[in-house]
Amino acid sequence: MWTLPILLIVVTILISIPLSSYFASVMDGRLKGPRVIAWCQSRLDSGPQNWKQYAVAMLIFTGALFTYGYLVLCLQPIAPLNPLGRGILAPSTIFNTVISFMTNTNLQHYSGDQSLSNFSQIFFILPNMFLSASVGFCALTAIIRCFRGEPTVGNFFVDMWRVVVFIYLPAALIAGVVFIWQGMPMTFASQHSVATLQAGAMGLDSHGQAVPQHIIVGPVAATIPIKMLGTNGGGFYGMNSAHPLENPTAISNFETTFLMMIFPFTLVLMYGRMLRRVRHSVVIYGVMLAMMIGVIWWAINFDTLRPNPAFTGTPVAHAYHVADANAPGGSLAFTVPKVASLPVDQALGNLEGKELRFGTSAGAVFAAITTDVTCGAVNAEHDSLNPIASISPLVGMWLNCIFGGKGVGMINFLIFLIVGVFLAGQMVGRTPEYLGRKVGAREMKLAMVALLVHPLLILGPSGVFAATPWGTEAVANPGPHGFSEIVYQFSSSSANNGSAMDGLGTTYGLNNNPSPAPEAVPWDIATGLVMLFSRYLPILAPMAMAFYLGRKKPAPASLATMRDDTWTFGFLILGTILVIGALLFLPVAALGPLAEQFGPIPFGG
Amino acid sequence: MDVSVSVVEREKGASQRKLFGSDLVLPALKQAFVMLRPDIQWQNPVMFVVEVGAALTLAFILRAWLGATKGPFPLGYSVALDFWLWLTVLFANFATAFAEARGRAQAASLRSTRVATPANRLLPEGGTEVVCSIDLKPGDLAVVTAGEVIPGDGEVIDGMASVDESAITGESAPVIREAGGDRSGVTGGTTVLSDRIVVRIVAGFGESFLDRMIALVEGAVRQRTPNEIALTLVLTAFSLIFLIVVVPLWPMAFMAEQYMASYLGLSTPLQSLGTNVPTLVALLVCLIPTTIGALLAAIGIAGMDRALRANIITKSGRAVETAGDIDTVLLDKTGTITLGARHASEFLPLDGVTMHELQVRAALASAADLTPEGQNIVKAVLGAGVPQNEIAAPGNATFVPFSAETRMSGIDLPDGRRIRKGAPDAIIARLQTLGGTPPARIHALVAKAGEAGATPLLVADGARALGVVVMEDMLKPNIAARIVQLRQMGLHTVMVTGDNRLTAETIARRVGVDDFLAEATPETKLSFLRKEQAEGKLVAMMGDGTNDAPALAQADVGLAMNAGTEAAKEAGNMVDLDSDPTKLIEVVEIGKQLLMTRGALTTFSIANDIAKYFAIVPALFAGTLPWLKVLDIMDLHSPTSAILSAVIFNAIIIPLLIPVALKGVRYRPIGADALLRRNLVVWGLGGVIAPFIGIKLIDVILVALHLVA
Repeated sequence: MWTLPILLIVVTILISIPLSSYFASVMDGRLKGPRVIAWCQSRLDSGPQNWKQYAVAMLIFTGALFTYGYLVLCLQPIAPLNPLGRGILAPSTIFNTVISFMTNTNLQHYSGDQSLSNFSQIFFILPNMFLSASVGFCALTAIIRCFRGEPTVGNFFVDMWRVVVFIYLPAALIAGVVFIWQGMPMTFASQHSVATLQAGAMGLDSHGQAVPQHIIVGPVAATIPIKMLGTNGGGFYGMNSAHPLENPTAISNFETTFLMMIFPFTLVLMYGRMLRRVRHSVVIYGVMLAMMIGVIWWAINFDTLRPNPAFTGTPVAHAYHVADANAPGGSLAFTVPKVASLPVDQALGNLEGKELRFGTSAGAVFAAITTDVTCGAVNAEHDSLNPIASISPLVGMWLNCIFGGKGVGMINFLIFLIVGVFLAGQMVGRTPEYLGRKVGAREMKLAMVALLVHPLLILGPSGVFAATPWGTEAVANPGPHGFSEIVYQFSSSSANNGSAMDGLGTTYGLNNNPSPAPEAVPWDIATGLVMLFSRYLPILAPMAMAFYLGRKKPAPASLATMRDDTWTFGFLILGTILVIGALLFLPVAALGPLAEQFGPIPFGG
Repeated sequence: MDVSVSVVEREKGASQRKLFGSDLVLPALKQAFVMLRPDIQWQNPVMFVVEVGAALTLAFILRAWLGATKGPFPLGYSVALDFWLWLTVLFANFATAFAEARGRAQAASLRSTRVATPANRLLPEGGTEVVCSIDLKPGDLAVVTAGEVIPGDGEVIDGMASVDESAITGESAPVIREAGGDRSGVTGGTTVLSDRIVVRIVAGFGESFLDRMIALVEGAVRQRTPNEIALTLVLTAFSLIFLIVVVPLWPMAFMAEQYMASYLGLSTPLQSLGTNVPTLVALLVCLIPTTIGALLAAIGIAGMDRALRANIITKSGRAVETAGDIDTVLLDKTGTITLGARHASEFLPLDGVTMHELQVRAALASAADLTPEGQNIVKAVLGAGVPQNEIAAPGNATFVPFSAETRMSGIDLPDGRRIRKGAPDAIIARLQTLGGTPPARIHALVAKAGEAGATPLLVADGARALGVVVMEDMLKPNIAARIVQLRQMGLHTVMVTGDNRLTAETIARRVGVDDFLAEATPETKLSFLRKEQAEGKLVAMMGDGTNDAPALAQADVGLAMNAGTEAAKEAGNMVDLDSDPTKLIEVVEIGKQLLMTRGALTTFSIANDIAKYFAIVPALFAGTLPWLKVLDIMDLHSPTSAILSAVIFNAIIIPLLIPVALKGVRYRPIGADALLRRNLVVWGLGGVIAPFIGIKLIDVILVALHLVA
């Protein structure tokens, strides 16, 4: 039960330490590589850029990626490698999907194995996963260079090249070999037709012959390593990492989980190494780790160790009052009657929606981690988590800095850090400083913009969708659970996570889909826009902040300056994150998961 | 007696006596209402949000009262909410108005010294005329004799007098003000006790330094400091963020009402507090950082006021704030570390020179030296039994006054002898240019005196060296302890002295400063300052002389002595009315206190929100999702009493914290880390816990008084 999370964390920590050294040497350009690679890099080098040029290069690159993605998806019906004749996705789904993969979110309002051809998998999914994952990485590097006080922040294209060639490609190759060894398909073929063990399990055709089962295959082992390494999370199959071909064994499950953790862990230490403040980064690492252990504990404790409330019934009757203007005294009494529990042995916790091949806690552990590191791959149905346990993945996305996505998680953490330093740092009797530089109004303005985007893009649309048919007609379960689904969807979009609580009718899928979800179009557009804004604003504003902070003259530390490498500092930042996080999201947590957990179950539908 | 200690005690006495004087409270109360004017309230964005919320609630009450809609909640509840919302704004305005009133009261007491007095204006053609001090123009000369009040800020250009400055400093001991040197500055309103001085007026009536400061304190042109601007911005952003949290709650609560109605099979939807606009306004007001928003201005004004109470006049609030950030302090050795007047303890004649000859020459060379040092040599020579007539300079002799540039003084006698006395290297350089060879023993004598921490002065007659006068420095009492205090505050202390390296090193070691700058000239001082600043450090220094002016202007905190020259006072950004150089410690403490108070109350304000959530969120949904009662860990009486209790707590915490805002959170020199830990526990953790207790207590009282249903 606890072996899996403990082993995962220990292994990831041990590997992240030496790996961070390697990352720092790559990003500092100390690693040259073979001559041909150095030549390619020199071709890309358009000269040193200041932060604005760097940001513009990043946006232009993103624009190109958007256009390219749109083209590939639109060309799917006529492109090669499409033996199953997949049609074109619905327009709103293309919009959503292109943004989703461009922003490293990988929210999938379609089912990969049912809607995409191998051409789209290879030419749309694969490059997007490599490139969008590198953007956050590059942005963090630029911010580090700003903090080092360098007038130029490097070259975006060179950074991109370094990340892809020296980091993602080799790591993905090694990981892919292990996956293939574990049985993951790697082929240009699109499906295998097999006779089912039970004759006619798939039905009979018009001649009375048993229909063979069609098992979709493809270049799975090519996309899955980068899906996890780049914390992308967009599965080859609709079932994502719960699918036996996307996650064949317990070993592949361990590898899958490890791969999504390793880079976010490493990047924190890289931050310290590149700034020559390793102790400071260790404190940050510690704070993130404490939070991660907390959410993993929460998920296991409330899901794996607690029974499914749908089966436990209501042991005693509860009397409640609600406000009803028509009832005498304005208050209406009602009773939730006693309901006998179902005769189900729940010693193993809530097993609903779990892939039990990997052990009872694997689903909960994966759910907690995938949302912390904004991966969004899933190996269990988050919709089936115990209501109170689903707070764990939600918190991961709300805070969005428990290691977080590569680069962006660290950047989000910096925002909380700056806010914490500014609010509490004055309590040492000095103007707040970070890295020896005074934090002024301009830096705070940019930090607050970045802090504001996330709650705005989660709570605003959640409110709109909760009260309109867009939301109420899409949720599978009305009441608090449906509300949780709505909040989850926007949290996942805004955190650029990409996992879903499902249950929401968001899938339009192929354009010729005979029965698309009725509210699929508003969901496609709303989540698409949320992903777009919540990706770039929280990168650009901190970059500007880092630039303005970095160009100030650093003052040497003295006895009177607040140290940033102590446990006191760690608690300060942890407190800031938890308090601000709680203040932003406690009401929705109460209305969704808590109202469902403590209310009568099953509720409403 | 240690001047600064007495000042601090006096300040304490004053602040205790005056903190809530009724003469200040009433006008402040009135002002609190005046400040409700939207154009004034707008200057405080956080409280402006509260005011808008209160007005919105009022509109809802009026609508309900006129019968337009009939809500499910008693009108009394909305009225009570609105009452406390308005009170929240008024409390905030009162805090600001009260701090301003306190500042104004202090300024008024300063201004009382600025009454018109008769002045004896010296006429260009000789003689004096009596005019009113108001009519004096800059550049006028005024004669002030014993018992008269100095008519305006100025500089003594002739004479020397003891002056009672207690009217502005509170210090009863008279001070000496004299022409030349660095103690020539006098302030209007002070009284000459003895002798006669001629003062050149430098500021017209109403334009003096004091007047400008008074205007600043009165808040008429109060400028926000950079840190205050940043904090206001952050608080405004937090208000916006909480608006983002609260507004979507309406549709969310609406949805909850809809599905609960359908769950219970009701035909009409339920109505909970979650869709009650006044309640959501209350939630918003509770969440936005009203505590710090209300007290922010008061904290800033109180910081300036505290400085004023310590008899320091600051040109801007920014200077006080910067003082908290100081990294390096330049301390003038003379006057700060040692008692200004050095004592000629030994006369060491060289071979072939008699003691008598050395003493007479030394005294002659000092005749034109107005520095305390020069005067002291003359005194010592007289004390050694040399008759007055022997050291009297002939009438037709030419005096060479001491200057910081040449670092020597002397006299050119009619018989052609040129006697000089001054710093060893300056005199030796002079001997060499005149073709003399300084005897080898000189170096030994100079070194010996220097090692003992004394200052050797060389006396020479033309190209011939006569001997060494050993000037001994007396350390100020308690100075070593104060230096330790500065170090504990994390400040790098640098002693600045014109002495040679050896002397400087010895004294530096004795008092425990971190570093020293020996043989300092105004130029080396300035370049040292610039070097420190180039390393990103903020530097504080004090000075009184005109030659300190460039460095005072360059320093991040330049504390000029009120007794100093006008140029110094103009260059610095603070003036110490007590002319006490160790005041820098207080200045730094006041700056740190200011920032700490802001940080502490901000942290407290945000931390408070947790408890308010636990009171309000279950209450909002009590009508729809009654099982959320499990979140009500305070077990409050009813939904409406929960919300009222939170709003009341949010309001009354403001006046409760006014004393903290005005007095400041105490600064302790225990190092940044220990200080942070301490404040995090008190204001952070305390801020989380306190409202749980407070809200519960208010709820119990409301129930006991039958004020809530």
